[in-house]
Amino acid sequence: MEDYELFNEKTRAIIYGFQTRAIQRMIDFDYVCKREKPSVAAVIRPTQNDSVAYHKVFFGVSEIIIPVYKSLEMATRNHPEADVMVNFASFRSSFETSKEALESETIRTVAIIAEGIPERQSRILGKIARERNKMIIGPATVGGIRAGAFKIGNTAGTIENVVLSKLYRPGSVGFVSKSGGMSNEMNFMIAQNSDGIYESIAIGGDRYPGASLIDHLLRYEQNPKIKMLVCLGEIGGTDEYKIVEAIKDGKIKKPIVIWVTGTAASILPKGLQFGHAGAMAGSDLETADAKNKALKEVGAIVPKTYDELGNKIKETFEKLKVEGKIDPVKEFEPPKMPMDFAQAVKEGLVRRPTDVVCTISDDRGDVPTYNKKGLDEIIKENRSLGYIIGMLWCKRELPEYASNYIEMVVKLTAEHGPAVSGAHNAIITARAGKDLMSSLATGILTIGPRFGGAISDGAKYFRMAKDTGKTPSEFINYMKRVEKKNIPGIGHRIKSVQNPDVRVTLLKKFVIENFPKHPYLDYALEVEKLTTSKRNNLILNVDGCIGICFLDLLENADFSAEEKQDIIDSEALNGLFVLGRSIGMMGHIFDQKRQRSRLYRQPWDEILYD
Amino acid sequence: MASKPIYEYDGKKLIASELPKYFPEFKYHGKLAVLTPETDIDKLAKELPWLKTDKLVAKPDQLFGKRGKANLLLLDADLKQLKAFAAEKLNRKFEISGKKGTLTRLLVEPFIPHDTEYYISITSDRDSDIVHFSLEGGIFVEENWDKVTHIPIPFDADINSFDFTSKLPKTGENSEMLISFIKGLLHVYQDQDFTFLEINPFAITKQKEIIPLDLKSRLDNTAYFLHSNTWNNSDNPVEFPGGFGQELTKEEEYIDELDSKTGASLKFKLLNPDGRIWTLLSGGGASVIFTDTIADLGFGKELANYGEYSGNPSREYTELYAEAIIDLMTKNPAPKNKSKYLFIAGGIANFTNVKATFLGIVSVFRKKVDQLKKAKVKIYVRRGGPYEKEGLQLMKDIGKELDLPIEVYDRYTPLTRIVPIAMKGDN
Repeated sequence: MEDYELFNEKTRAIIYGFQTRAIQRMIDFDYVCKREKPSVAAVIRPTQNDSVAYHKVFFGVSEIIIPVYKSLEMATRNHPEADVMVNFASFRSSFETSKEALESETIRTVAIIAEGIPERQSRILGKIARERNKMIIGPATVGGIRAGAFKIGNTAGTIENVVLSKLYRPGSVGFVSKSGGMSNEMNFMIAQNSDGIYESIAIGGDRYPGASLIDHLLRYEQNPKIKMLVCLGEIGGTDEYKIVEAIKDGKIKKPIVIWVTGTAASILPKGLQFGHAGAMAGSDLETADAKNKALKEVGAIVPKTYDELGNKIKETFEKLKVEGKIDPVKEFEPPKMPMDFAQAVKEGLVRRPTDVVCTISDDRGDVPTYNKKGLDEIIKENRSLGYIIGMLWCKRELPEYASNYIEMVVKLTAEHGPAVSGAHNAIITARAGKDLMSSLATGILTIGPRFGGAISDGAKYFRMAKDTGKTPSEFINYMKRVEKKNIPGIGHRIKSVQNPDVRVTLLKKFVIENFPKHPYLDYALEVEKLTTSKRNNLILNVDGCIGICFLDLLENADFSAEEKQDIIDSEALNGLFVLGRSIGMMGHIFDQKRQRSRLYRQPWDEILYD
Repeated sequence: MASKPIYEYDGKKLIASELPKYFPEFKYHGKLAVLTPETDIDKLAKELPWLKTDKLVAKPDQLFGKRGKANLLLLDADLKQLKAFAAEKLNRKFEISGKKGTLTRLLVEPFIPHDTEYYISITSDRDSDIVHFSLEGGIFVEENWDKVTHIPIPFDADINSFDFTSKLPKTGENSEMLISFIKGLLHVYQDQDFTFLEINPFAITKQKEIIPLDLKSRLDNTAYFLHSNTWNNSDNPVEFPGGFGQELTKEEEYIDELDSKTGASLKFKLLNPDGRIWTLLSGGGASVIFTDTIADLGFGKELANYGEYSGNPSREYTELYAEAIIDLMTKNPAPKNKSKYLFIAGGIANFTNVKATFLGIVSVFRKKVDQLKKAKVKIYVRRGGPYEKEGLQLMKDIGKELDLPIEVYDRYTPLTRIVPIAMKGDN
């Protein structure tokens, strides 16, 4: 690379700050320029824990990874070819990080994006840069661009704009301004009125930019590929007089079209601060009018107003063309930028099948919903746990008696002592030092045909019997002769007709008093009459009662036959038992942990060694 | 924004606390009092007994000079005279260099009899801090500018070993003290991020004490985060006031406050509330060019505001910003047979989301449509940047929807062209 060049199509940069959008835009630019290698070599994110991480970006249609380092030192060591640092650090830390970059061996150009860096710090950075023969672009800038080669951060905005402003291939114009926003406007104006930008730099609006307008114009003057110069100056400071001097001394020979903005200052209140920190006239010399006049006097092409600037660029360019000084541009069709999937979806250009269908809830909106009803309303209406189960399991707003029934089942099944298999397993696992989830899981895993399973089995057989029109005695015979098993839901180890299970009494009472109809319970009670006549402990037990009454709940709640079948087949009844009993099992687990219980070992005398 | 003037009171306080660190011989009395229209002078005199015992000087402290010529200077007075002076001057309107404003601050100090007035100031350029010194200070220093010695000192040079002696005019027996003073002052200037400091004049008393009499200074307010121990301490941070007669309007204060809450930039200055041309401009550079064009075409007197929004403000902030401006512009009806103009313009943005910012403006239109129609506002839009098509379409659509006169131009119309387009029919 020549001394007068800052970037070429091989330039690689280190980005200070995890600016994912700016990084992607830089690499998108690389793609439409048909660069061989992406321009971002590495990223620095001082806040990360790891010394190096990786960031994925698109380079055209494919993805690449870019290393993300914790320190500049690591980045420069691993990427000695990167000679540009784009510094997105905030105004508080930009000084230290820019200084470190300037003092490194490998970084040659530092673009400082932050606005609001103290003037003294900017002056120090500028001096270090001059002493070490390095370049600062900024502070308070968007950066700059070499058409078809390299762009800094967010310069030139979107890819659409890059293409419209023909920045994907070099033209013949070297442009420099203070304003970053205006540089983008000017890139387009120049593309409209000439063969386009070769290089465009925004030096930043501060009082002490690292390099000034003249520094870049002198570089452009030396670059044989740049045929004409365009510059946008600004009220305040005296930098433009250096351009006057350079023209006078013959250091700038190429045609230069220039306009100094801020001509309105004379009609505005004195001392009004324009948009940029440096834009305030301290003396008559610093006014836009004085600068425009001085520039015109030495032969710069100065329009009457900004509005005329485009025409002046066109005139100047056409004249050079007539003189045969403009090389034809190597024009090509820039590759089309692949659209981001999210954007394509937004514009309705693509579709994709989904993998999962969810019909019970939605967490995407402002308020999460359960079965299409907002959680806020559910809470406001003070709905019960049974209601929630109805919404999420059966997709129904269950009537109040049904919700209350479900809640009652959860309460009744919550706990049944430490000796049953679920509680026992949970206790043993907790005592083995395992966590809550593992302990609970071992307990839940015992729930099945022998433990807790009578609920769904009871429901299954009683439903079959009643729905196929069996009389109670036909049902009893069927179970004995065909199924060859005891009737699930009938019989209790201790309880009997004389000593009824209080839980069953409560359930029956609730259902009879609250359910509009209860045909399955009625049927079961007929069956119980026959079985208890044989032996007094063959009563309808709590498991059977829960399952059978749940059938009545489904009857009342207006489900179709298919829906009822689905609910039963999908183990909703086991679900109720799991839900309820988990409360008790967790109680046991917490209980054991609280006691700091030690590992359980079954005593030898409880085991028969054969 | 970087360089901002501060009150003389704050400048002197800062010098009083910092200068002795480098120039221990600085025995400045530090007796300073500020009177505002609310001050109870008797009560203040109990806290600051020197007000009763010393001979006093009082002068306005509102960032303007030539106070003697404006007859706003009280010299060699006692407390009674001070009270009379305050009663006469405070809360009164004055015109200073063509600016009308209300006098609301007086700085009171002990009166120091002196013979010679010295001049010193420090300014900066890219490479140096420059000390300007003269043996003939006072109100005539500008007329005697050729007698001022200018000494540039590279900003990173070692001040203590810098040779001032050979560069300064002969100052006789006070020479050593003056050089220590200058060096100390330069240290403080650099340490505290001053961008301008002028003491004109300062005096040397018979007791060989240096006393700053009038002091003007500016601080680099972007350096605030470096000075939490001095001028940006949380208890009593230094103020950055507007100039005399430039008290912030309610809306300017409001937008300043919005600006301080967002990482983006929102600036607003009311120039002429009766102006018919109002602007909602994007970008520090484009806003200047646009304002230039309005003035160049001869409509400067109609220009109501200067301002800009940039740095990708959110939809919400853009809405609040636009609403404040539209409220102001529709407060009064347009003069008979005249229209008002609202220019919503900017260059081709690098990263500001045109659609998002325009969504903010559009919702203001929706809210204020009746006001806009009543004030006969014509709206002209020119903009480019990310989501420009969608943004410009929004503007076209809202015009039709609300039946508002909105003309929309895209990047192919030069930035400032909408001014002549709009103003063609105006007379």
